[in-house]
Amino acid sequence: MQQRFKTLSALAAAVISSTLTVNTAQAGSNEQYFPLQSYRIGPYAAGGTGFFGGFIDYLQNVNAKGGVNGVKLTWSECETEYIVEKGVECYERLKTGLNGAPAAATNPLSVGIAYATLERSTNDKLPLITINHGRTDSTDGSVFPYVFPLQLNPYSEVSAIINYIAQQAGGLDKLKGKKIVTLYHGSPYGQETNPIIDLLAKKYGFESTTIEVPHPGNEQQSQWLNIRRIQPDWVILRGWGVMNPVALKTAQKTGFPVDHIIGNIWSNSEEDAAPAGDAAKGFISITTHPSGTAFPVLQEIKKTVVDAGTTNLSDPKRFGTVYYNLGVVNGILNVEAVRLAQEKFGKTPLTGEQVQWGFEHLNIDDARLKDLGAEGLLQKLKLSCSDHEGGGAVRFQQWDGTQWKVISDWVQADRALLRPIIEESAQKYAKEKGITPRDCSKEL
Amino acid sequence: MNFFFEVLVGGLLAGVMYSLVAIGFVLIYKASGVFNFAQGAMVLFAALTFVSLLERGVPFWLCFLMTLAVMIVLALGIERWVLAPLANRSPITLFMATLGLSYVIEGLAQLLWGAQVHGLELGIKDEPFIIGGIFLSQFDLFAAGIALSLVIILSIFFNKTQIGLSLRAVADDTLAALAVGIRLPKVWVIVWSVAGFVGLVAGLLWGARVGVQFSLSLIVLKALPVLIIGGFTSIEGAIVGGLIVGASEKLAEVYLGSVIGGGIENWFPYVLALGFLLIRPAGLFGEQAIERV
Amino acid sequence: MLFTEAGQLATSYKAEQKLFRLRQDYVAFGILLFLAFVALPYWGSDYWFNAILIPFLVLSLAGLGLNLLTGYAGQLSLGSAAFMAVGAFATYNLELRIPDLPLLFSILGGGLFAAASSVIFGLPSARIKGFYLIVSTLAAQFFIQWLFTKFSWFSNGSTSGVITAPPLVMAGYDFSTPVGRYLLTLSIVASLFLIARNLVRSELGRHWMAVRDRDTAAAVMGIPILKTKLLAFGMSGFILGIAGALWAFTYLGTVEPHGFDLTRSFQILFIIIIGGMGSLLGNFLGAAFIVLLPILLSQLIGLLPANHWVDIGQLENAQKIIFGGLIIFFLIKEPDGLARLWQRCRERARIWPLRY
Repeated sequence: MQQRFKTLSALAAAVISSTLTVNTAQAGSNEQYFPLQSYRIGPYAAGGTGFFGGFIDYLQNVNAKGGVNGVKLTWSECETEYIVEKGVECYERLKTGLNGAPAAATNPLSVGIAYATLERSTNDKLPLITINHGRTDSTDGSVFPYVFPLQLNPYSEVSAIINYIAQQAGGLDKLKGKKIVTLYHGSPYGQETNPIIDLLAKKYGFESTTIEVPHPGNEQQSQWLNIRRIQPDWVILRGWGVMNPVALKTAQKTGFPVDHIIGNIWSNSEEDAAPAGDAAKGFISITTHPSGTAFPVLQEIKKTVVDAGTTNLSDPKRFGTVYYNLGVVNGILNVEAVRLAQEKFGKTPLTGEQVQWGFEHLNIDDARLKDLGAEGLLQKLKLSCSDHEGGGAVRFQQWDGTQWKVISDWVQADRALLRPIIEESAQKYAKEKGITPRDCSKEL
Repeated sequence: MNFFFEVLVGGLLAGVMYSLVAIGFVLIYKASGVFNFAQGAMVLFAALTFVSLLERGVPFWLCFLMTLAVMIVLALGIERWVLAPLANRSPITLFMATLGLSYVIEGLAQLLWGAQVHGLELGIKDEPFIIGGIFLSQFDLFAAGIALSLVIILSIFFNKTQIGLSLRAVADDTLAALAVGIRLPKVWVIVWSVAGFVGLVAGLLWGARVGVQFSLSLIVLKALPVLIIGGFTSIEGAIVGGLIVGASEKLAEVYLGSVIGGGIENWFPYVLALGFLLIRPAGLFGEQAIERV
Repeated sequence: MLFTEAGQLATSYKAEQKLFRLRQDYVAFGILLFLAFVALPYWGSDYWFNAILIPFLVLSLAGLGLNLLTGYAGQLSLGSAAFMAVGAFATYNLELRIPDLPLLFSILGGGLFAAASSVIFGLPSARIKGFYLIVSTLAAQFFIQWLFTKFSWFSNGSTSGVITAPPLVMAGYDFSTPVGRYLLTLSIVASLFLIARNLVRSELGRHWMAVRDRDTAAAVMGIPILKTKLLAFGMSGFILGIAGALWAFTYLGTVEPHGFDLTRSFQILFIIIIGGMGSLLGNFLGAAFIVLLPILLSQLIGLLPANHWVDIGQLENAQKIIFGGLIIFFLIKEPDGLARLWQRCRERARIWPLRY
């Protein structure tokens, strides 16, 4: 009794009396800080370790070359496990900067965390980068000044896939009468594009069917039997985690040709295809960041970081994989925004508000891509006050059984068609929240 | 009509996969009265250990034996640190303890072997073939065969061997079993080891089907309605329950799903189980409980 | 000395029934309220409000909801998160579709909707009991989550199924700042706890405990079993619904159906196991434990020097093992949770420093 009481009270005391330190900012350091809400454990760890590995390695590479105009980059991590509350806690903990270095932008790589920190980011004037994911209507920067769904929002993704299918068929007019099935994950993320595909179906005259797979997607027998009955020309896979390899395996089981399945941006990594083994051979997916190590910027990272033994990857074999390269691309865009903002605000560490200006005026053209050594890895990107997405182009890649092979050039989404829908949704949000949108014609 | 049979057969075969997980539950429940929520975590742990050993170049049969040994060690640990201290507690307490246990095992599995997704090839081609106009999956038939032989092995084990008979004695009347000199801790260890073995088999089949990864532990949620329908104490019940759940959820997804919207597979088995419960609270093959004040 | 009860005698039934029979309890409670309502808002930082205090309060409330059902009435539930979701989505829709409805009424309305759905899924408890009941609550868990994901009407046609908080304005005062959200949460949580405190001492509360301890015996004594159980489901659903609304609106500011998945239900169950079943204080202790332990562990891990010998990410995995281990530990060593520990502290304090 005595003993038990002591151990228990010691345990309780340790927890309750724990002092929780929060980083306090001190002035005077010449560093720019990146708060990283990373996830290295839990069901999505494979994505997190790759992405944040690539991101950190790129930052290391920049530092090895002397930082951004002499300003060194610094970062610290906080584990979110992809859980929303943990992400919020990390956000609150890290947003104030590190040892005096101000935070530049947050990059949670999680839809849930992005949504939960969206308003906080706006209030704190700290850019929230949701590369290739996030809230579609945040493309409209007049309502969402601090949110950047860079490169590709979910709507553009669908449009680009349809354009690719049209390309294969020989033109948009050939889409008429085709049958396209979208197999989507039973979550808000999965459903998000259903209205868009229906809209495109009406416009181009193809037949669209959407079929839901309940989370997590371990079992897809009935869905694929349904697909077999429909006999579609193409299947678009909006998968997530385990759902992807299971879809490929079940497709094989029901005799659907795997090279007519197109995976979306979250069905495009090695981890999505490899577990399906032979069943994945021929699987096509889109990407904004092709895998591979041949790009000059990756060679540079290899020299300065990987060969120096300081890579963040615990398994160096993953260098140049899809998630890693997404991290590198994300690193490039963040650093470019800082660099650009420095031209306006001076070559010192910047506040989130100043970095926001940098993001909003990003303009990465062919010449800049060449300088960065990222031709083919990164698309041309031009952002503005009203357009926080920029690119909207994807390349297609095919799984050859061991790795991805790029099979197309950049395919552009029909962004003009999608714009009114995005604006309408953004206006609705503004009204619900009582936000007065910025007048973008007055912004420089 | 062909399509109907295709869905039905596909569902029945998928149901066998659920049964495989459910059998592990039944074993443990029969012998120790524990509703073991950690069975899913055990499936994950076994499959992850197996595939990690395999990737390190250990031959197949040796992997199997080594994983089995690990599962036995796990059973020993569970008996010593969870079951023995919690003896004579209410079933709900034991259930919650297995919830905690599932966290420990899942954490342990990922701590030891990492969180990567692994592919697993058992060397069975999964090309479809057609009999009488109906699509059949070779792999699913193979899985059904494994499940069948597992049931036969288990029933021989329970009916013919000394250990099996003492297990049944404990299940029938724990006090009487103790009185004739059967040692309860030993029986627990054996039962949990056998459940570990069943978990390993289920883990291999499920792993080959969906890849070895974290979500394997979620299949426990599919096994639950199977148990409710079949009854907690009967292996035959687990098989029949699995078949009912598999077939009905697929048919519901295809036919009901097109009416009220798809994706109903997650909750449909539970509603079905609830229906069964209201009519027959002990399940199809379960034992009726009599209550006294 | 401090906790001496000597001389404080109840001389009437009324005095015996007081909320706080002991003077020092009364004073301590007053000081606590003062600290929570006045001192903390004055001293606390944004980080404390946003990342620790608000989730702590909301989870305590959710724990209370489940504790009434499981700890007091003995009905095991794995569907708590689903009823939180009903509360959150109902509040959102009331606020959206009935213009000029005061926020507080929307929140209460959300609670009522959650209570109704909880009663519906509690109906099978008429025939089934024990852990068979988890089937019904799990059905609720999966069905309700599916419902909100599938039909975008619930999220006002938002394609992503995510709802965001309406402006938190009440009686002309804007509660959107961290302190404001904290005070709003605190007020609601404190008043619901007071209600619960009285409820469990009432006839209904005693019925619940009778049903928990031995339902057949309770029936023999003339307690209407089904009505008692359904009232427990209703009350539990009501409180969980309000907790869900607060979680969505004062804590995160936005929520998707996935935020109320089975993991959340487990989390709430763990709160009451660790804190103490059948104890009101236990909900706070359990929630504090659940909120603080991960932060503490991650801070500790953050202090370790980064090196290549230990994979930091792997160390975080240990957190899960610690959590599961603690659950088992508590079930074995202290089935009544942290609340019982606190009680023992008080018993010791009563005779400190002089033993009898």
